Amino acid sequence: MNTSPLKKVIPVALLIGSLLTANAALKVGDSLPDISTFQLEGKLPDAMKGKVVIVDFWASWCLPCAKSFPTMEELQKKYGDRLVVLAVNVDEKAANMDKFLKSHSVSFTVVRDGKQRLVEVVSPETMPTSFILDPNGKVCFLHNGFYGEKTRHEYIKEIDSLLK
Amino acid sequence: MNNLTFLFAAATVLLAGGGCANVKPWQRENLADYTMRSDRDPVGDGQAEHIWFSREEANGGAGVGGGGCGCN
Repeated sequence: MNTSPLKKVIPVALLIGSLLTANAALKVGDSLPDISTFQLEGKLPDAMKGKVVIVDFWASWCLPCAKSFPTMEELQKKYGDRLVVLAVNVDEKAANMDKFLKSHSVSFTVVRDGKQRLVEVVSPETMPTSFILDPNGKVCFLHNGFYGEKTRHEYIKEIDSLLK
Repeated sequence: MNNLTFLFAAATVLLAGGGCANVKPWQRENLADYTMRSDRDPVGDGQAEHIWFSREEANGGAGVGGGGCGCN
């Protein structure tokens, strides 16, 4: 049978297109990309290597994110130097983040991914999404969303297991 | 299927597919805005419901079957 080359080319082009647009989300077992290369606004923590790190993606318009902040603050105070909480804001307008932070004062590090480059690479499924990294920078636990006390208990359990 | 039909079908699929936007979780700022809520205007909702109830009274309005007088 004589098949037109067009009938071969178009399905291949569609397949390549779908592969190119597919998300390669960060998952458990992966390493966090080098965040210093993403032009995040704000000062990154001095030392993340050798510490347990929570990288939390949040936005000012996201209610569960606001609910998670007191827990993040509690964890930072509870574990002190052994834990780095890095909250990555994905608001398009810095003013929205600033307004939020005025009413949710925190001691942990907050940076802004205003150009949404890092979040595109990490591709979290929900807002908020937090990744708990071991001292080698590998993602050990992943939390989609924040469910109050349940998530808080899981955080503590998981951080304790990594600090053993 | 000749080439022209196939090309037309492929172009249609591509155009239709291109019209679909996948809003990522971190892009939902506008969607999460209060003004996007369907219940953002309680007074307006009340008025609309009253109009609906009055107009549709013969069919029971917004509740169970009514008397059919349409007089509310």
